[in-house]
Amino acid sequence: MTALRETWIISLAALALAFSLVAIFFATTGNSPWEVFYTLYRGAFGSWFSWQNTLVRAAPLMLTALCTVLPARVGLIVIGGEGAVVVGGLCSALVGITLQDQSPVLVITAMVLTGAITGGMWIAAVGALRYFRNVNETISSLLLNYIAIAILNFLVIGILKDPATLNNPSTHSIGEQNMIGQIGDTSIHWGLAYGIIVCVMLWILCRRSTFGFAADVVGGNIRAARLAGLPVAKVLLWCCFLGGAAAGIAGVLEVAAVHGRANSALNAGYGYAGILVAFLARQNPLAVIPYAILLGGIQASGGLLQRAHDLPDATVNVIQGIIFMVILSSEMFYGRFKWLQAKN
Amino acid sequence: MQDVSFWTVIIAVLGGAIRVGTPFIFVSLGECLTEKSGRINLGLEGNLVMGAMVGYAVSYLSGSPWLGVLAAAGSGCVLGILHALLCQHKRVNDIAVGIALMLFASGLAFFYGKPFIQPSAPRLPSLEFGEWSSSPVVRAALDINALFFVGAALAPLLSWFLLRTRWGNAVRVVGESGDAALAMGIPINRVRLLSTMAGGAFAGVGGCYLSLYYPGSWSEGLSSGQGLMAVALVIFARWNPMYCLYASLLFGAAAALGPALQSVGINWGYYLLNAAPYILTLVIMIVTSDRRGTLSGMPGEFVK
Amino acid sequence: MFNEKQLVLNRRLFIQGCTAAGVGACGAMSSLSAVAAAKVTMGFIYVGPRDDYGYNQAHFEGKSALAKLDWAKAVDEENVPETIEVQKTMESMINLDGAQVLFPTSFGYFDPHILAMAKRYPEITFLHCGGLWDAQKHPKNVGSYFGYIDEPVYVAGVVAGHMSKSKKLGFIAAMPIPQVLRNINSFALGARSADPSVTVTVVFTGGWSNPVKEAESANSLIDQGADVLTCHVDSPKVVVETAEKRGVFSCGYHTNASVLAPKGFLTGAEWNWSGVYTNYAQLIRDGKPIPNLIRGGLKEGVVKVSPYGSAVSPAAKEAADAVIKQFMEGNMVVYKGPIKDNTGKEVIAAGAQHAQQDIWLESMDWLAEGVVGTTK
Repeated sequence: MTALRETWIISLAALALAFSLVAIFFATTGNSPWEVFYTLYRGAFGSWFSWQNTLVRAAPLMLTALCTVLPARVGLIVIGGEGAVVVGGLCSALVGITLQDQSPVLVITAMVLTGAITGGMWIAAVGALRYFRNVNETISSLLLNYIAIAILNFLVIGILKDPATLNNPSTHSIGEQNMIGQIGDTSIHWGLAYGIIVCVMLWILCRRSTFGFAADVVGGNIRAARLAGLPVAKVLLWCCFLGGAAAGIAGVLEVAAVHGRANSALNAGYGYAGILVAFLARQNPLAVIPYAILLGGIQASGGLLQRAHDLPDATVNVIQGIIFMVILSSEMFYGRFKWLQAKN
Repeated sequence: MQDVSFWTVIIAVLGGAIRVGTPFIFVSLGECLTEKSGRINLGLEGNLVMGAMVGYAVSYLSGSPWLGVLAAAGSGCVLGILHALLCQHKRVNDIAVGIALMLFASGLAFFYGKPFIQPSAPRLPSLEFGEWSSSPVVRAALDINALFFVGAALAPLLSWFLLRTRWGNAVRVVGESGDAALAMGIPINRVRLLSTMAGGAFAGVGGCYLSLYYPGSWSEGLSSGQGLMAVALVIFARWNPMYCLYASLLFGAAAALGPALQSVGINWGYYLLNAAPYILTLVIMIVTSDRRGTLSGMPGEFVK
Repeated sequence: MFNEKQLVLNRRLFIQGCTAAGVGACGAMSSLSAVAAAKVTMGFIYVGPRDDYGYNQAHFEGKSALAKLDWAKAVDEENVPETIEVQKTMESMINLDGAQVLFPTSFGYFDPHILAMAKRYPEITFLHCGGLWDAQKHPKNVGSYFGYIDEPVYVAGVVAGHMSKSKKLGFIAAMPIPQVLRNINSFALGARSADPSVTVTVVFTGGWSNPVKEAESANSLIDQGADVLTCHVDSPKVVVETAEKRGVFSCGYHTNASVLAPKGFLTGAEWNWSGVYTNYAQLIRDGKPIPNLIRGGLKEGVVKVSPYGSAVSPAAKEAADAVIKQFMEGNMVVYKGPIKDNTGKEVIAAGAQHAQQDIWLESMDWLAEGVVGTTK
């Protein structure tokens, strides 16, 4: 438990420092930091409505964060979540459109599977390029993002376009009856449950299974893993696949729970936001959940910040940038302070 | 008739390569230097946007576009230093800090750039090399900004610096192997700090080329990811400054090709054409590397 | 000459037209009635930055006009993507700001986002810019409004056709969607009404805001001999400035771009949302029913023609003024047969015509004869 205690104290201290810096920023712009913080709180967590707003935004971030977390366990830094979201969403929409008249349960199952497999293959390809051809995974996954977006736009404005979507070129609809609905009478769609379940499942896989152990060994020292007789290629590719699959499911949810069709809105930056969540969570699938909620909360309150204080939209970017830089830098303090680990 | 438009397309693409490629030259040389020292700075996109805003604002307020260029370089310096200082600590990941810096810098640039969207700032003048020609197409293509020549001169200079000077050698050793550098007594952190700082300054200048020359105004949509693209470009160029120059021109030409073809009535698949540089880079990466070796020229710190 | 006074008068006509059911462009009247309240709270949502010198700025200026009314309160949010975020923004405006009426101004906000929120909040009015409200399909608390911006674009085409010496015009467009194609066609039809030998070459940039691509497109078109440029992207700034730099004429779009090109600016198409939004605010304050579908052009004052630039010749002015007059009198039909598309197929037969209100025009997927380019 010592590691946990260290994590808590350093994270909280980093958050405190980050918010002090944010406060200074607001003070220099002539706004009262307290008022702004109150607005942030009100917009993100101040009421049940705000909580719903926050959670809905957090759902896709949990899944896209996993796209960086899983490969990171074997030592790869993948930033291709955006591409996997787009590919998973687009392919699942095609399946949904084709199966349209089957039972909704079947349609959704097929869509989730398609999204997971195509998104997974997309990132597995990154892993394969790294393993077999030594192609830098960070760069190749970045390039694949742009390629995925170009394919999406090309198809959606061309052969896959539903003419009825007029000025917002999109594929045909998967059908109202096949959409994933809301949880109870909240405005949160079931995507949040998918996100939490996948996070927990992958956490169990990482922490409580031989696969997770093997992944950690591969991530620690690939040569040692080979010497120990571990199937390195398999472990590496599966980690990439699982990460991509999670992001692919995020794409499916955009289609099945929000838009009902695939269009350029799939490329909404969830993939990039997910990278930050992954690093904030220190590549721990379970810690992804609270950090996704934190980021969701900041984004949720961004709108209110604009309206209540007449601040531009970019304010949210500044706040996020400061918080991330401080938390990411706080990594340097791990293992430095004896007193944090002193007891037991 | 067909013949005439063929040649004008070629000339327009060549002119476009220089016009569109110049910011790539600066950002990719900056990223090249940074990566040579063993770090990836994804935040250069933020430097670019910040440089564009600061350059335009200073030019507007002071009346001198060249002062704007200096200020843009300065802003890039500061962001580069920030990246280097944060990343020099153990376990702090350079990719993640880069993305955070990108958010932070573009956020700040948009925040403080609001008042400069409407006003018109003095732009950088261009050198007209096409005066001799009666063809407006040739004249337009040879209307070249001085910053292009600065960038084009910077490439061999950086090449020379890296290969022939003691400092350049230190940068390469640090990028090749931190352990070796340590053994040789090279101050790793200081070398990386200076490399990232200079790289950041280059990217800032690339940004102000966008706002002060081409397309020549400041707006929030000004950058279409040139900063991120430069990261790919450096790999395309195999970490060789001269190749960075050529690759920048090639990427610029690729961006100019779509509009040039459409202007003569060929407009098939412009989305895919827009993605051509990325596809090409990926293909090059795959083809030129193999299981044992790595990309030649790649700093060893990236394949640990 | 076209002047401001005329516009104001017609704007008033427009309100009367809309409040008296079923007149002209103002369609179904049904049941959109908002509760009369002490202070009318309205929420505006933009897809891009407030000050983009274009589409979003035009709406922001419309919203800003409401600040003068002491009985209205307007809140707004910029850079809201067409994802679930816009749904949450709408909900937040309703729940936290008490907005009674929402104006989400991007086309992509409509389906499914506005429709989902309208179902959830039946007492709130949602007015969408650009959408096509359909009594059969859509909730009663939703409405849509748009302007026939292609009318001033047609006028700009007439001016461009007169002023061009090379008889080649250039059009820089974001993507081949109906709204954009309609503007391209209207521009071409206007120009070819002035001179049938004119061609319009279109370049699609693939995005609403990509300044480098726009500048490059402008340069390419000029290199190919185009001597008048216009555009349909989020901001006309880059295109107009590039044209000026290269010494060719330009026509603006969205906002008045004349200051950007003192020498070569001809005219342009502009929105006039302040009138529309003020009218809506008044209807809401008075508790009057709000029409579900509002469409209007030059006559109704929803759109306007930018004042002519100094370069415009008297002959061009005269021709353009004559067309404006016809629009103002309501007897100008842009899409009147015979019209062929640019593959030679007849799309509107001789004798047939599609007036502005005809929704057939809102799903346009062809380019008119004389336009160089494809819709794919």
